[in-house]
Amino acid sequence: MQTGYILLATIAVPLIAAAVLLAVPSRYPNVVRAFAVAVSFALFGLSLYAFFAYQIAQVEQYQFDLRWTWIENIGMLGEEGITLHLGIDGIGAAMVLLTGIVTFAGALISWKIDYRNKDFFILFFVLVAGVFGVFASLDLFFWFFFYELAVLPMYLLIAVWGSSSVFPTFARTKEYSAMKLTLVLVGASVLIFVGIFAVFVEAGLGTFDLPTLYEVEFDEDFQKIVFPLFLIGCGVLAGLWPFHTWSPDGHVAAPTAVSMLHAGVLMKLGAFGIIRLGMQLLPEGAEFWMPALITLGTINVVYGAISAMAQTDFKYMVGYSSVSHMGYVLMGLATMNAVGVNGAVLQMFSHGVMTALMFAMVGVLYDQAHTRDMRAFGGLVKRMPHFVAFFSIAGLASLGLPGLSGFVAEFNIFLGIFRTYPALGALAILGAAITAVYVLRMMAQAFFGPANEKWEHLKDMSRYEYAGGALLIAFMFLMGVYPSPFVDRIADSVLRIPGIG
Amino acid sequence: MSGELNLDYSLLTPEFGLAGLAGLILALDLFVPAFRKEWLPYVAAAGLFGMLGLSLGWVNKESEFAGLLFIDNYTTFFRVFFLATAAVVALISAQFVQARLRHPGEYYSLLVLSTIGAIYMAASRELLTAYISLELLSFCLFVLVSYAKLDARSNEGGLKYMLLGAFASAILLYGISLIYGTSGSTFYGDIAAAYEGGTAGFDLGLLMGLVLVLAGLGFKVAAVPFHMWTPDAYEGAPLPITAYLSATSKVAGFALLLRLFSGAFMPVLDDWQWIVASLAALTMVLGNLVALQQRNIKRLLAYSSIGQVGYMLMAIAALSSATSSALLLHMAGYVVTNLAAFTCIIAWYNLTGRDDIAGFRGMAERTPLLAAALTAALFSLSGMPLFAGFFTKFILFQAVAGEGFLWLSVIAVVMSFVSLYYYLMVIKELYVSKPEEEGRLPVPAMISGLTVALVVGVFYVGIFPRHLLEVAEEATKVLFA
Repeated sequence: MQTGYILLATIAVPLIAAAVLLAVPSRYPNVVRAFAVAVSFALFGLSLYAFFAYQIAQVEQYQFDLRWTWIENIGMLGEEGITLHLGIDGIGAAMVLLTGIVTFAGALISWKIDYRNKDFFILFFVLVAGVFGVFASLDLFFWFFFYELAVLPMYLLIAVWGSSSVFPTFARTKEYSAMKLTLVLVGASVLIFVGIFAVFVEAGLGTFDLPTLYEVEFDEDFQKIVFPLFLIGCGVLAGLWPFHTWSPDGHVAAPTAVSMLHAGVLMKLGAFGIIRLGMQLLPEGAEFWMPALITLGTINVVYGAISAMAQTDFKYMVGYSSVSHMGYVLMGLATMNAVGVNGAVLQMFSHGVMTALMFAMVGVLYDQAHTRDMRAFGGLVKRMPHFVAFFSIAGLASLGLPGLSGFVAEFNIFLGIFRTYPALGALAILGAAITAVYVLRMMAQAFFGPANEKWEHLKDMSRYEYAGGALLIAFMFLMGVYPSPFVDRIADSVLRIPGIG
Repeated sequence: MSGELNLDYSLLTPEFGLAGLAGLILALDLFVPAFRKEWLPYVAAAGLFGMLGLSLGWVNKESEFAGLLFIDNYTTFFRVFFLATAAVVALISAQFVQARLRHPGEYYSLLVLSTIGAIYMAASRELLTAYISLELLSFCLFVLVSYAKLDARSNEGGLKYMLLGAFASAILLYGISLIYGTSGSTFYGDIAAAYEGGTAGFDLGLLMGLVLVLAGLGFKVAAVPFHMWTPDAYEGAPLPITAYLSATSKVAGFALLLRLFSGAFMPVLDDWQWIVASLAALTMVLGNLVALQQRNIKRLLAYSSIGQVGYMLMAIAALSSATSSALLLHMAGYVVTNLAAFTCIIAWYNLTGRDDIAGFRGMAERTPLLAAALTAALFSLSGMPLFAGFFTKFILFQAVAGEGFLWLSVIAVVMSFVSLYYYLMVIKELYVSKPEEEGRLPVPAMISGLTVALVVGVFYVGIFPRHLLEVAEEATKVLFA
């Protein structure tokens, strides 16, 4: 049974959960935890259902279609007023599933939060509702509404529950990072907002409905002018160089579950926006600007990887590695051919689960050791064998080991790049090689080798961390060995994007 | 005006009632010594709500009083609006006035009386009536701002406000006289008729008149560069009066501006549109940028309200039926939000005596409800979704862009992004900074209830804006009939 109420539920359930949590007295932290985990499990179930009930190769581009008139036509808004229009194509289905997985894993990992955990989960669910909303919206107004909703709780989540970093010559306080992240993302949304106005006025249809606007043939010059607004506006969220600096700082300062959700899902929201608002709405603009995107994407890959190599802090390394991996997504999108874009979407999913796992594992270590300096550790495998196993799987997926999700995604991307921009393909592979260097070096330094006496007291993962990590690993393997449920859904939808050859 | 004048006094019943209420409050204060004076705000609020109920009787009716005052949906909208605002202000004043001010009787009766002025500013379609209503509101506010007699800041703020206010009134009057000179009438309808078909070439008298009227009214609504009094008056005034200034005084100014410019000056749109557009741009840029460096919450909100005035002025610059209903919607959302913010700030001030932003440290630990409500209000002011501010700004900016002022909308979006920074700095103190003292503080039940009600209002406008938007649409129909 396919009904848009599934998608509506993914948005409404977290919001209702947040409202319910308001009423739970904060002196029962365990009730809060259990409730949060139960709700996020339900969300996981819903997203799993949405993914598998999505039918491949149907006539309709968007399934689970739901229209609900929010404001009727009263003159000033044009014909249709504003309609909450939900629906997903294969790309959306994969992203909804990703959100469900990371939400559930994040809630499990957050079991250990003690300080004001009720307030934490309220904000966490607002964030989740925003993310689900963006992936499911087929209406510009609500797309933007949910985008802002996802940014809204970030400041408090980072500034209250986050952690500061101290470097030899300077410090990055969590307040600083929280403010930087929030302002950069809201600043980027200004561009999207202006773009939405421009499209709305230019189309002159009086509707924000995306499928309707996709039918409009915009003037070529208009497309060339407006496309960069969406490209940069959404690109900032995807970690596009040179607007990426919020991402390592913000993700490092954020509490574990928020880093997971933010790096794992929210950055994908930016790439998703480039597809939905950019490539689908303004195909000629996309064609014109894609050479710029591939250049920036290449810089992302190489620069991010080199920066990651220079880090000694686990979390900063993962943060820069996210920038590097999101570069692959951007490169894949910029190829404008079916294989490359397909790979980009696969990479969005793959990187989502992989980076979520990495952040989760960094959290496991940091909460016990209170340092993230990888030089301070050694031989962790003796104290925390499961932890090391999980972290290593994430690391190997990130360098593209066959059998894990990263390989499938990156292979498609490389193939796509070689078709359109062969010269840059070499640089993309160079990025993967650098990734191998920093991942393996980290493992050698911190996990293996002589054990450091100082860390005698470290314990392995708790069962909640174990469960969250195992969930993520399961999907990494699933996509690595049996990618067809993903590829079938995504490829079909990618081919329907105009200009993809 | 020709023919019989319609002198149907029953149209003005709510205002007679208000005058009676003001007298009653004074009498209670004076002649009933046994009467417990802490009941005065509740008497005032009950009376105001009573009149609010009464004024609902004019919904969807159109009538006029001697061509001066029009009682139509537009007036009814603002009647309800101002009465509700005054009632809320009376309620949030209760504890503050009792603890910190003398002469509560005069305080509440001035509050009630000023509402009459505000309502007639929205209702009048004649320049002198509008002017007198404006003065009625202003004089009540001059007194109320300087009500904390023993506080030097209050006196300073009041004096500044009064001197500059009197100056602005003189400018406004001179502008009115020039308008009268060029058009031959003070009735909006007749002025519009006189200018219909355009003026012959460049009319310096008309232009001067428009500039002076805009300057005078710009002062009242605190548009840059006539805003200088605002921070001092906001800072000096007793806190509930600061709330009142930011709500009724501004909205009444815009009610008058909207009725005047749509009713009288539409035919000479080209002469004033660029002036208002530049005022709007200046106001939002300066208000939001200066707000960045404020340390006191009252001054911060003063500058942020100046920024808000900039957004509202855009609607006047791009005047059309779409922008006016968007303006009414935005003002309603803004006032509910602002009252929610001020309710929290006043309650906190009552408990701790602090109104500097640093004094808000750890509010989340000590009074979680107030901190959450203030956070919601500040997010709403910065235009975040789920809250009123997102939708009202979206509609306002979109309506302005739709009238061909895309550049104004872009400035507005950028400025509302800037505003997020200073609101976040306040939120940071609430949640991130550690409190100076430990322990929960008791919030009175009435204030808690009011806070929750106002925050629910903020969410309601943000999530189900349909109803308010329809009401705003209905209210502005008469302007462009």
